[in-house]
Amino acid sequence: MPSTPTPLTQGLPSAWSAIGVAVALAIYPLLMSVAGQDFYIGLGSRVLILALAASALNLVLGYGGMISLGHAAFLGIGGYTVALLAQGGSAPAWLAMPLAVIAAAAGAALIGAVSLRTRGVYFIMITLAFAQIFYYLAVSLRGLGGDDGLPMLARVELPGLSLGDDIGFYYFVLALAGLAFMLLYRLAASRFGRALVAIRENEQRMAAIGYPVYRLKLAAFTLSGGLAGLAGALLANLSLGVTPHLLTWHQSGILIVMVILGGSGYFWGGLTGAAIYMLLEESISTHTEHWNLWLGALLLFIVLVAPEGIMSLRRKPAKAERA
Amino acid sequence: MLYLLLEQGLNGLQYGLMLFLLAAGLTLVFGIMDVINLAHGSLYMIGAFLAAAFYQHLENYLAALLLAILATALIGALLEQTLYRRLQKMSHLSQVLATFALILIANESVKIIFGAQPLMLPVPEMLYGPIELVEDELYYPRFRMLIIVVGVLVALGLYLLVNRTRIGMWMRAGASNPGMAAVMGVRIQPLFTFVFALGAGLCALAGALLGPLLAVNVGMGESILIPAFEVIVIGGIGSMRGALVGSLLVGMIDTVGRVLLTLLLKAVSDPATANSVGPTLASMAVSLLMVAVLYFRPQGLFPARG
Repeated sequence: MPSTPTPLTQGLPSAWSAIGVAVALAIYPLLMSVAGQDFYIGLGSRVLILALAASALNLVLGYGGMISLGHAAFLGIGGYTVALLAQGGSAPAWLAMPLAVIAAAAGAALIGAVSLRTRGVYFIMITLAFAQIFYYLAVSLRGLGGDDGLPMLARVELPGLSLGDDIGFYYFVLALAGLAFMLLYRLAASRFGRALVAIRENEQRMAAIGYPVYRLKLAAFTLSGGLAGLAGALLANLSLGVTPHLLTWHQSGILIVMVILGGSGYFWGGLTGAAIYMLLEESISTHTEHWNLWLGALLLFIVLVAPEGIMSLRRKPAKAERA
Repeated sequence: MLYLLLEQGLNGLQYGLMLFLLAAGLTLVFGIMDVINLAHGSLYMIGAFLAAAFYQHLENYLAALLLAILATALIGALLEQTLYRRLQKMSHLSQVLATFALILIANESVKIIFGAQPLMLPVPEMLYGPIELVEDELYYPRFRMLIIVVGVLVALGLYLLVNRTRIGMWMRAGASNPGMAAVMGVRIQPLFTFVFALGAGLCALAGALLGPLLAVNVGMGESILIPAFEVIVIGGIGSMRGALVGSLLVGMIDTVGRVLLTLLLKAVSDPATANSVGPTLASMAVSLLMVAVLYFRPQGLFPARG
């Protein structure tokens, strides 16, 4: 057995750990409900949604090595799509959610088609610029509510499940996020996922072997955008509306932070990162209003001490041996 | 109409020159040290806050300006010595994260030290009021005129520094090939510190000059960071000439485009829509310009590396 996991096997969880996580997430709201801590059910939904968004980013950032500083755009497209559809009162979930995903994926395909022709710093900047364009659109178009955004009167409607209720909505989120995680798992384990990781490790070699590098990266980027759009749509439902804040580049930065906190390129990286981030935010901001100061300090610490994320700390000794 | 355009042209020039002060430092740090510094806007914010704070104690704009430049340059040098030197050896992702962290820390620290309220930095008394550029037709505020003059002088100074001095030669060598420059005997570490301090000082200058026009507040760094980045990507990372051309281009598009587009829109739709959509289109035009440049000429208009 090699002393360090190879890039191809690293970070794929066993089936047991996946089942464990699923069971834990499924009984979480029941426990909270019994304990009378209803606040934490809503928080749980938020964590799951952000975990979905971070995992979507993890697909391009962690697996594909594409540093997108513009994923807020896809959150925004998803969120605004649902909010627009709900302007007439309430929209059916089976229509609103897929439309949000399709719209965000289409946006990602367009942005990706242009951005993926650049690399490195230029890719970071061009994704940022595209996201800014969407931000400016949302702020100025009166149809999108301008600075105030679009409020929603009610969440999307699903026959048989009351989504207005916190527990019902949690399970709605869990079901969709679960589906997304299954899709991501299948992808990561597939030839596509492995090719993506290999492109991250050595793009030139993959191109030389004959892999359609650009198309693979674009497919990953589009998919990632679609899933981020789903997260945005859920977020709009959770908070009953969207504001341009969802589209700020700060939001893109926070998503990167989550991926790094959890471990970029690890399957549970997005979930772990979102959970750690929300936990820290909740616990620190009850004690001080200067939560951003602590977040900044923590980030600096991570970058300087464990630049590959908290999950990579476990691998440190093996690395030292090699050197 | 002509005078309106002229006035907006001057405003565009002024905004462009201020962008240049930021972009110059950013492009040098980017080009020479190969560090993507999202926190560059924070140095601008810190400079503006320091200028406002010094002004409250000294009641002298010029002294406050100079002190703010010195102090911010010092902060820049310290940051380079402690943090950026390490970041240089790290991946772009680590640099994005670390400098994003710096923004959070800087914003929050400024909020703690100076409070959440915007600070006031008044226009110096002797620069009150407008000057008459064209008799009875075109008046332009003295202070904005001063900003243009300072901007032109600094641009000229930087041009001479980069093209006519030994340090400038090292800087150009560092931007085109840092490894080779080091091998050829350029002491690259002190050069990095100097470049970073210079960039920070220019940020403070821009902050102190724009302070009286805008409110000195916590978010100001981020609102100018994105245009500054767009400038250096358009101009070509590491290129001074590119930064200047890019700044003026972005400044003009943003300012003149805002007015022209609003006027055009007013001709085809109602004024309220025109007033809200015009400025947005101008901001988007800048982003689109950057996208177009990256698409057709990925190295920027004036690539620094051959």
